[in-house]
Amino acid sequence: MKDSKSRRKIVASHVDDIPKSGIRDFFDIVSTRKDIISLSIGEPDFVTPWHIREASIFALDRGATSYTANLGLLELRQLLSKYVGRSFGVNYDPLTEILVTVGVSEAMDLAIRAITEPGDEIIYHEPCFVSYSPVITLSHGKPVPVVTKRDNEFRLTPDLIRKKISKRTKAVILNFPTNPTGAVLNREDVEGIARLAVDNDLVVITDEIYSELVYDGEVISIASLPGMKERVIFLNGFSKTWAMTGFRLGFSCASPEITEAMMKIHQHVMMCAPVLSQKAAIEALRNGNADVIEMRSEYKKRRNFICASLNEMGLPCHVPKGAFYAFPYIGGYGMTSKNFSLRLLDEEKVACVPGTAFGESGEGYLRCSFATSMDEIKEAMKRMSAFVKRLQK
Amino acid sequence: MDELLKLLRKNALETPANIAKMLKVPEKEVTARIAEYEKKGIIRGYQAILNEDQLDLDCVRAVIEVKITPERGGGFDRIAGRLSKFPEVESLFLMSGGYDLLLFVKGPNLKEVASFVSEKLATIAGVVSTSTHFMLKTYKDQGVLMETEKEDERLKVSP
Repeated sequence: MKDSKSRRKIVASHVDDIPKSGIRDFFDIVSTRKDIISLSIGEPDFVTPWHIREASIFALDRGATSYTANLGLLELRQLLSKYVGRSFGVNYDPLTEILVTVGVSEAMDLAIRAITEPGDEIIYHEPCFVSYSPVITLSHGKPVPVVTKRDNEFRLTPDLIRKKISKRTKAVILNFPTNPTGAVLNREDVEGIARLAVDNDLVVITDEIYSELVYDGEVISIASLPGMKERVIFLNGFSKTWAMTGFRLGFSCASPEITEAMMKIHQHVMMCAPVLSQKAAIEALRNGNADVIEMRSEYKKRRNFICASLNEMGLPCHVPKGAFYAFPYIGGYGMTSKNFSLRLLDEEKVACVPGTAFGESGEGYLRCSFATSMDEIKEAMKRMSAFVKRLQK
Repeated sequence: MDELLKLLRKNALETPANIAKMLKVPEKEVTARIAEYEKKGIIRGYQAILNEDQLDLDCVRAVIEVKITPERGGGFDRIAGRLSKFPEVESLFLMSGGYDLLLFVKGPNLKEVASFVSEKLATIAGVVSTSTHFMLKTYKDQGVLMETEKEDERLKVSP
């Protein structure tokens, strides 16, 4: 046995080096407070529609408690194939090109692991969802952020990507609509990025989890552009579209080669997604269209309200075209995002996540989720307005 | 349905200023459209939805299925119109199926409702039969649950 001096470090350094998540930091502070209004929640406030829950209960009642095929229930994959074809305009074979995963989080991990050699660079846009960079690091890849800006509503343009491409660039991650900025790409952006991917032989991992929550304009998936299917890994899930976060259910669509590689990892680390969640998902795809329309219409009203209120009180805010986050600029008040959000929490009991939780380029911004009831949003806006008024004095 | 009406249905006290923000239209337009709906009689009133079980009111409610003989020329309308005039009748619908009219009736006690049925309702010419069901407890009314759902169980901060 070695003595304590020469003992090896227990935690692997590439894991140890991942910084603590800004979300976790903020969570630790908020969870000690009482009676706060939280605009910090990244999941729908709706409960999963009853008919979907009921389908899962029924399945449990019928004894659906076993493993499923590694790829997921065939019936579910067939429905997914139809859904993706109809909604995104690209056809995938349910037998070889679709994999059901435990949330998009797992799908993203599988996708990155499946394609990354140590040292490969993967480009992603910032401010962004908190997990992209850590997951790339965990796969021994090199995360390469591209900063997007408010002046073009946080869109990712081909020019921004081009500057970051090197010989080691393996892939680009897209997440549109974006958490936390609500950004959506236009056709020109998507086509330009597709051309870049072809010219530089890049894989595109597109996380379209918020794709059903687009309020203005069209949704264009890069997977649907000619010649892109074989180099795109399309990820989506049920969490946001059908308010099913706790079911943990996502899926990936990609070429048979990529799907097989992802499946190899999935079968060893996860085996399969939970069968009850898969049963619920079947019901969502079969009969859940009206739910989506209803929720989207509600989010849109909240978005309009929150953006109008933020701009009115003096926090400039672009109108996000998708997702359920407003991302107002608070840099004009001489405080860091973190200080601003802590003071807001202390003085008005409103919790908004500091933009820096989504990357350094989020400095100067706050993420205000409108996945909370209109009554809470109204009260939060009242309090924030009082707070800003005091700062303006 | 017009988004404006949907919002009012959910909360009739919503201010025109807030509605304007939600729908991205001028406040004046909201006020004008509400006035128009009222004028046309599409909006027929604004009421609070109460959980009367909590109020300990001295009243009982009943649902009454009524079979009637339709009349030449007027069908069910004349009798339905006549029944609507009784203040005891809160709602009245023409139904398909085993009976014709469904009445929601309110009275101070069981006896009063019973006497409304036997003396007023059943004696009207054309009323063939009635079947009265007393209501015991309200769980949901007009889309609103009568029990407050438990608090938001989501994590207060999540990515």
